[in-house]
Amino acid sequence: MALLEATGMVGGYGGMDILNGVDIAVEAREIVVIIGANGAGKSTAMKALFGLINLRAGKVTLNGADITGAVPNALVAHGMGYVPQERNVFRTMTVRENLEMGAFLKPGTQARVMEQVFALFPVLKEKAAQPAGELSGGQRQMVAVGRALMTEPKLLMLDEPTAGLSPLVMEQIFDRIVAVNKAGIGILLVEQNARQALAIAHRGYVLATGRNRFTGTAEALLANPEIGQSFLGG
Amino acid sequence: MDMQLFGLIMYAISLATMFGIYGVLCLGLNLQWGFAGLFNAGIAGFFAVGAYATAILTSPESPNYLGGFGWPPLLALPIAMLLSGLIAWPVGRICLGLKGDYLAMATIGISEIIRLILKNEDWLANGTMGISTVPRPFESLGQPWGNVAFLGFVLLVMAILYLAAERAWISPWGRAMRAIRDNELAAAAIGKDVVRFRLEAFVIGSMVMGLGGALSAMYFKFIGSSATEPLLTTFLVWVMLIIGGSGNNRGAMVGAGLVWLIWSGTELLTNRLPAEWITRSSYMRALLIGILLIVVLQRFAKGVLPEKPPRRIDG
Amino acid sequence: MEALADFCNLYFFPGIAVGCIYALGAVGISLIFAILRFAHFAHGDVMTLGAYLAYSLVATLGWSVYVALALAVLGGALASVLIDQMAYKPFRRSPGIIVVIASFGVMLVVRSLIQLFWGVDVLNYETGIRMPVPLIGDFRMAQKHIIIIVVSIVIAASLHWFLSRSRMGKAMRAMSDDADLARISGIDTERVVRWTWLIGGGLAAAAGVFAGINSKLHPSVGWDLLLPLFAAAILGGIGKPYGAIVGGLAIGVAQEVATYPWIGDLPLVPPAYKNAVAFFVMVCMLIWRPTGIFRGRVL
Repeated sequence: MALLEATGMVGGYGGMDILNGVDIAVEAREIVVIIGANGAGKSTAMKALFGLINLRAGKVTLNGADITGAVPNALVAHGMGYVPQERNVFRTMTVRENLEMGAFLKPGTQARVMEQVFALFPVLKEKAAQPAGELSGGQRQMVAVGRALMTEPKLLMLDEPTAGLSPLVMEQIFDRIVAVNKAGIGILLVEQNARQALAIAHRGYVLATGRNRFTGTAEALLANPEIGQSFLGG
Repeated sequence: MDMQLFGLIMYAISLATMFGIYGVLCLGLNLQWGFAGLFNAGIAGFFAVGAYATAILTSPESPNYLGGFGWPPLLALPIAMLLSGLIAWPVGRICLGLKGDYLAMATIGISEIIRLILKNEDWLANGTMGISTVPRPFESLGQPWGNVAFLGFVLLVMAILYLAAERAWISPWGRAMRAIRDNELAAAAIGKDVVRFRLEAFVIGSMVMGLGGALSAMYFKFIGSSATEPLLTTFLVWVMLIIGGSGNNRGAMVGAGLVWLIWSGTELLTNRLPAEWITRSSYMRALLIGILLIVVLQRFAKGVLPEKPPRRIDG
Repeated sequence: MEALADFCNLYFFPGIAVGCIYALGAVGISLIFAILRFAHFAHGDVMTLGAYLAYSLVATLGWSVYVALALAVLGGALASVLIDQMAYKPFRRSPGIIVVIASFGVMLVVRSLIQLFWGVDVLNYETGIRMPVPLIGDFRMAQKHIIIIVVSIVIAASLHWFLSRSRMGKAMRAMSDDADLARISGIDTERVVRWTWLIGGGLAAAAGVFAGINSKLHPSVGWDLLLPLFAAAILGGIGKPYGAIVGGLAIGVAQEVATYPWIGDLPLVPPAYKNAVAFFVMVCMLIWRPTGIFRGRVL
C-alpha cells in the first residue's frame, strides 16, 4: 500500500482547471520529485494534495485512508507535513517559537522532536532565540522544514525548497532532505532544479499542461533524451 | 374632506417625502460604497453640515445664534452641498491612500467632532436647543398642497440625482471607478490615478449627503442634535443601501423605500403596545434593523436589486 | 511645587486612569485586527455591556463593583465569543470591510438590547464622595483611580505573559504574523479566533466597568469612547497590542492635560472637547505615520 496515492485529480482556482487529471503516488521511505515547465501545475498539484484547493474530481488517500477534501489541520494530524514555497516562516517569531508552532497539535513530544530537528540543522540551535525574519534564505528554509517536522510526519511535502538559493546552499538543503528521508520519512518535492532533484530522488513525475507526461525511476527519467531536452535544460 | 382620509393622505405624503430624502442619502452613499468601495461611517456628520448650513442661511434672524440670514431655501442648497464637500475633501485626502478601515475610523471621528461642535457651540447653532425656524419651500400653499409640492420637489431632486448617477455608472469615469474598486493594483497598473478617482467619489457622495441633510432640515423645519443621531442617519442609510443592493442606483432607492416602510410601519405597530413598552419601542426597532442588517449581509449580500454585471461585448 | 501637585492631582493622575481605560479597550481592537483583519466598530458597545453586567450584580446582589468586575469580564468575554459565532463567523473569507458593516449591525443589536434591559437612565455604581488618598507631600489620588491603575497593570502583565509564554498566546502571534501559514502548520485557527474574542471581550468589559466607575453609566458610554479607542490603536500601530497600551495611555493623558489652563485662566481645551484631542492625534498620525509609533501592519 502506497503512503500517498492520488488518482485523477482535476481542479484549480475559481472556474479555471489547472489540473486535468493528475496521478501521484509516494511509497513509504521514498523520495519522489515532480518536475515540469512553468504553469504545468506542479505546485497546484501539491496544494491539492494538501487540501488547499478543492478538487472537482479525483481521490487522495494517505496510508489507505481517504483524505480527499480534508482540511490542512486534519492532514497535519494524519501525518502530512507541507512547506510552502514562499512565506513559510513566522517572520516576527523566534526560531524556537516557529518550531513550537509546528508542534501545536502535539505539545507532548515537542521537546524531544525539537532536539532531533536541532541535530538535523545545528545552525537553528545557535539561532534559536533570533526572529526567523532575520535569517538568510537557506536558514529560513531550514526553519520551515524543521517546523513541518515537529509533528513527526510520515510524509513531508516541499514546494520548491531551493528556489532562489545559491548552488552551495541548494546542495546543503538537498543533503538535509536526504537525511530526513533516511530517518524514515517519505518525501514529495516540487522542483525547478530538476536535474539536482532527480539526483537525490527515487522516482519522478513530469507534468505538462496539468497532466502526467512521464513517470519513472529517477535514473530512467534522467536517461530519457526527450526529458533531458525539454525539462532538464539539455 | 373626511378627516380620517385627510390624515391618511398626509401620512402617505410624509412617508413619501422621507423616502425621497433617504433615497438621496442612499444615492450619495452608493456613489461612495457602490461605485468606489469606500466605507463612510460618518454619514451623520455630512448630513449635519448640510442641514445646519441650510438652517443658518435660511432661517429668520435670531440673537441666539449665528445667522438668520433669511436666504431663499433653494439658494441654500448648493451652499450646503459645497460645505459638506469642503469637509469631505481633507478627510478623503488623508485617508484614501490607506486601507479602508482607516477611512471608516476617520469618518466616524469627523462626524462625532462635527456633532460635538454643533451641540456645544450655542452661538453657532443654538446648541442642544437647535434651530426650529427653518422655512420649507412651498409652505405658503398651505396643507396639503404645500406638502405635495415639497414632496414633488424632493422626488424631483432624487430623480435628477438618480439619472446623473446612472449616467455616471456607465461613463468611463464610472467604469474606472469600479475597476479601482474591484482590483486596485490592476487599475493603477493601467495608469488610473486611484486616489484622485476615490477622492472624487468620496467628495461628491458627501455633497449629496449634505443635500439630503438640507432637505431634511427644510422638511422638519427644525435641526437639532437629536436629528443628527447616527442611528437615524449613518446606520439607517447603510442598512437601506445593503438591503436594496449596493452598486445599483435603483437598488439604493428601493432599499430606502423598503427600510423606511419597515421603520415607520413598526412605529405604527409599537404604538399599540402597552404604555410601559411604548417608550422602549424605538430600541426594539433599532434591534430589528440591526438583526436585519446582519442577516441580509450573511444570506443575501447582494440585496434586493443586485449590481448588474457588465454587459458582454461579443464578436 | 504646589502648582505641580495640583497639576498632577487634577490632570495628570486622572489622565493616567483614563489612559488605562483606553488601553484596555484599544488592546482588544488591536488584537482583533491582528487576527481577523478588521476594525471592530462594536467594541465600544461590548464595553457598555460589561459595565451594565457589573451594574446588575451591584444593584441586585449588593456586591462591590470591584468584585462584580471579575464576573463582568467573564460575561463580556463569553458574549464576544457568542457575537463572533453568530455574526462574524460567516465572513471569515470575506474582505475585512464587509465585516466592518456587520459590526455596525452588532453595534445596533447590542446597544438596543442594553437599552431594552436596563433602560436609558444615567446610573451610578455607588453614590457619595470619597476623599482622595494622600500619597507623598501634596500629591493625592482618588481611590478609584488607584484601583483602576493597579488592576490595569495586573491585566497588562498577565496579557504580556500570555502572549509571550503560553502556547495559545504564541499561536495568536503566529496567526497575526501569517494566518495562512498558521493553518498549514496545523494550528487550529478557529480556536485562536475564539481566544482572541475571549481576551478582547474580557478586556473591553473591564474597560467599560472602569469607565462607569470613573464617571457614570449610560447606554452610550462605550460608543462615546470609540473615537479615542481608535485613536489609541492607530497611535500604537494597529495590530500591535503593546502599542495599543502605550497609545491608550498617551491619548488618555493628552485628553486630560489638554484641559489644563496652560494659557490664561481658562482650560486650553474645553472639557467638552476632550474627544477632539483624540481626533487631532488620530489625524496627525494618519498624515505623518499611519503605521503608528510601533509600525503596525495595515496600509
